[in-house]
Amino acid sequence: MGLFKLKGFPGTGSFPHGVHPPDNKALSANMAVEVMPTPRTVTLPLLQHLGVPCKQIVKSGEMVSYGQMVGKGEAFVSASLHAPIAGKVKRNTMVNLPNGRRLEALTIEADGEQLPPERIWEDVKFTQWPKDGFSDYAPMDIVKKIQESGIVGLGGAAFPTHVKVMPNDTRVIDTLVINGCECEPYLSCDYRLMVEAPDVIVTGALLTARAVSAREIVVCVEDNKPEAIARLEQAAQNTVVQIAVVKTKYPQGSEKQLVRAVVGLDIPLGGLPADAGVAVSNVQTIATVARSIVKDIPLTHRVITVSGRGICNPKNIFVPIGISLAEVVDFCGGLTPDAARIISGGPMMGFSFSDLSAPVTKGTSGLTILTHDEVRKAEETNCVRCGRCVDACPMNLVPTKLGLAARYKNPELAAQYHIRACVECGSCSYVCPAKLNLVQLIREGKAQLNAWERR
Amino acid sequence: MNSAMSFDDRPGRKPPFISVAGSPHISDNRAGTRRMMVDVILGLSPAIIVSLYLFQFYALKQILVCVVACLAAEYLFVRMRGNAFTLKDCSAMVTGIILGLSMPGSAPWFVGALASFVGIGIGKIVFGGVGMNIFNPAMVGRAFVMIAFAQLMGAGAYENVTGLVDAVSGATPLSALKFNGVETGIAPLFLGVTNGSVGEVSALACILGGLYLIYRKTASWQIPASILITVALIAGITDLAGGYQGLFLLHHLFAGALMFGAFFIATDPVTSPLTSKGKMIFGVGTGCLIMVIRLFSGYPEGVMFAVLIMNAMTPLINSWTIPKPMGQQKEA
Repeated sequence: MGLFKLKGFPGTGSFPHGVHPPDNKALSANMAVEVMPTPRTVTLPLLQHLGVPCKQIVKSGEMVSYGQMVGKGEAFVSASLHAPIAGKVKRNTMVNLPNGRRLEALTIEADGEQLPPERIWEDVKFTQWPKDGFSDYAPMDIVKKIQESGIVGLGGAAFPTHVKVMPNDTRVIDTLVINGCECEPYLSCDYRLMVEAPDVIVTGALLTARAVSAREIVVCVEDNKPEAIARLEQAAQNTVVQIAVVKTKYPQGSEKQLVRAVVGLDIPLGGLPADAGVAVSNVQTIATVARSIVKDIPLTHRVITVSGRGICNPKNIFVPIGISLAEVVDFCGGLTPDAARIISGGPMMGFSFSDLSAPVTKGTSGLTILTHDEVRKAEETNCVRCGRCVDACPMNLVPTKLGLAARYKNPELAAQYHIRACVECGSCSYVCPAKLNLVQLIREGKAQLNAWERR
Repeated sequence: MNSAMSFDDRPGRKPPFISVAGSPHISDNRAGTRRMMVDVILGLSPAIIVSLYLFQFYALKQILVCVVACLAAEYLFVRMRGNAFTLKDCSAMVTGIILGLSMPGSAPWFVGALASFVGIGIGKIVFGGVGMNIFNPAMVGRAFVMIAFAQLMGAGAYENVTGLVDAVSGATPLSALKFNGVETGIAPLFLGVTNGSVGEVSALACILGGLYLIYRKTASWQIPASILITVALIAGITDLAGGYQGLFLLHHLFAGALMFGAFFIATDPVTSPLTSKGKMIFGVGTGCLIMVIRLFSGYPEGVMFAVLIMNAMTPLINSWTIPKPMGQQKEA
């Protein structure tokens, strides 16, 4: 921390503690985004984010065209769903998502002429994205368009974006922070977007800032991505968008840590970034906002990374939402013989799963496939109170005590040590010499505390 | 390599299954409890080598007796509790080496053996094994025999070694200073050509080994730093008050078990606080107690009891120093 100063910004460019897992990005960082051919079917879960499922507005047997709304998000914290391919709606099915949820999903079978997906990707890269003239857009119109386009956070948490950027009189937003950190090992989809299509990001940033009426706009990138930084700086020339280069550390992309690093403010416990006057959004989400406002295209496709030593050919792919993960894995040459763990997301916080028939959802940032050698071993030994977890926790907690409280079912001790402040980033489990599953214990501890408070 | 390979062709013949588990899915391969113990043994090796060179057979006897007895004690007691074999993690060996290095050369074999059994049994296993103890096991064992066999472990015992150079068979520097007012030169104290427990004599060896441990992050730097600074401050004040012109201060820094205790005994992670602030408080407390015992009590050396008393304070220090989570508002 200390010596690393961030020129032009209040923060220091880093946050206390954190860990440095090997980033392994070389496996996929230099692979240009490939476009996945149109699949035969897509499966669209009606709920792909936090909040309320959308209401399906097409019936089985109906023909839909590309981009047609097939599910309407009627509640406030809900997002609409759009068809990524042209075809016929089939009967709904139940799907098991990697995060463990079992949900109803709409299926569409491809039928008729399809919009070539290569065209969609080229559109993202080569359009002359406007960098000014945004005062023509009213903030609430931008928010409404975001809601109509079904945009949710594409960084992983998938929170409906229109809720996040809704203008609010009680919580004024000063700074819009655009998260291009991508601190998880292996993942490189955001990086490729920044290198190949930086202009769409700048346009989206300006539009989103107009929606929240933010004065400052900062795109944050870790210092292990010099090419992305250069491309973004070039794209943001002559605009008010600033580029902040932050220290490469895990979990730099976590919103509390990023806001601390760049703006120098702490988001209050139990609060939102808006409480600190900041709105944080992922680069891909911002790019999707630009496409929705300028080109009237809803969220139907995204870039994901398939990487790890357990996949034959690591790639960054532009995929339609709803394509099955099995097709994606096959597109990358299939699993290697010593593949041991399939993870939706990155290895630090991703969900491991085994059912590859699950679809790509809006929140899927990629697949990481680890081999037997890389995967964490199961044997735990005794905690020797070495304190490495305390030195690693980016939230300043004492993970060993939290694990103890969970193991011995002591919710009061857990509350005393602020168990709810834990963001489950995995830094403590990562460094533990005894290989304790601290995050798993903390999850149990939180559940125990909830149950105890409800008694 | 492609996924169409049959099971028999797979290189390495690893089991062909996909497993699921909670996140995170990777861990830092450089860290490991056994690796930490091996580092401690490596850090102790300068002190071991100096002790073998100066005390020869006496050092060898103490170290061997204590290591063997610690391993035997751990094996026996763990079996009695019906638990799995735990000698693999080397923690008993580390306790044995530290205990052996803190014995006077002339102590009979049964003293070292008894110290080991008491240290491992009452200091560690009874609390639940590795990571569960409150007191430093080596110090528990040593305190027990110190009091039970006062003559065999007291000041006179250090002078009972025969066949060695005079410097290492006279009175120990601290007892010479306390009881006879005799000062030892600073250079012999620093290098170790003086009498004392077989491992503690050479400040240089302890510092070198200790710095290695700090570099490897196996020992925290806060504890040795705060102990040494506190001792230096208190000895410095006494030095100024008595007009010793710095000799008293350096004497106390380099003589006795201070260096050995500061780097190898007080830094035991199980029995010291978790947070940085807690470690500093622990070190300051240990330093104060060391000097109080050295200056005002009947014992010439205070490290052992100081560490044991501060070990008892560790849970309290931990609850005093619960860190504030990021984003917690100040109390209105």
